[in-house]
Amino acid sequence: MSKLVSAFLIGGVFGLGITVSGMINPAKVLNFFDLAGTWDPSLIFVMGGGLAIAFAGYRLVFRRRKAPVFETAFALPTKRAIDAELVGGAAVFGIGWGIAGFCPGGAIPALGLGYSATPIFVAAVIAGIIVARFARARLAQPAAT
Amino acid sequence: MTDSTPFQSLLGGALIGLSAVLLMALHGRIAGMTGILTGVIPPLASEWLWRAAFLAGAVVAPLLYQAIGGHIAFSVPVPTLALVGGGFLVGIGVHFGGGCPSGHGICGMARLSPPSIIAVATFMMTAFATVFLVRHVIGG
Repeated sequence: MSKLVSAFLIGGVFGLGITVSGMINPAKVLNFFDLAGTWDPSLIFVMGGGLAIAFAGYRLVFRRRKAPVFETAFALPTKRAIDAELVGGAAVFGIGWGIAGFCPGGAIPALGLGYSATPIFVAAVIAGIIVARFARARLAQPAAT
Repeated sequence: MTDSTPFQSLLGGALIGLSAVLLMALHGRIAGMTGILTGVIPPLASEWLWRAAFLAGAVVAPLLYQAIGGHIAFSVPVPTLALVGGGFLVGIGVHFGGGCPSGHGICGMARLSPPSIIAVATFMMTAFATVFLVRHVIGG
């Protein structure tokens, strides 16, 4: 139970950060990418503030603790290759981000604001993830000949 | 136009970083929205409950911020078709790319993970190029 309350509160800190930083606002995100037009540099500060705290904080956590409070071990992503899948996926993500102005971390907190654009975007993201899962499962199976 | 908000953005960024540190210290997990969201899409990840709680907290936070008098600037300057098409590409991209700005951009870069640094450089470049194309080539 305390584990769920903790995750809820940490999600709350994330959502508050997305809100205060302006990442919740697609107009602001798109203006960051519009160097040749209405450029808004704010997202550099979001990245700077987030990286500074995460960089220092992660080091502190890994030095002080052998395991997280609620689990027996840290679940760190396994080292993955820098391959066409990673680069191609990131490239496609950036195109979608530039078209819509939303990313997953910006859109989820915006769901509660009551604008119809947000659930439309989130539904499209979920559809994309489901299609990608299916495509990967198909690709992973050797063709039956 | 949106006004540049260096102070609020730095503070908000620091809160995003803090949530990443807390999720690692308490749950041992990466605070990447892609992974957390994917875990609650059926077939559910075995550890889906904490992810659902995190998502609920993220949705509630802006409402609390408004309830205590905070103003949230929000506008979507693109048509619905762009939300659908862009969203679908975002879903495909984060699945194969293994993350989004929160996971690769904050958590991965903070761990100096080479794949995350490559992913961030790649999606920033294509996002800049896409907005330039949409606003100044196609729309210009």
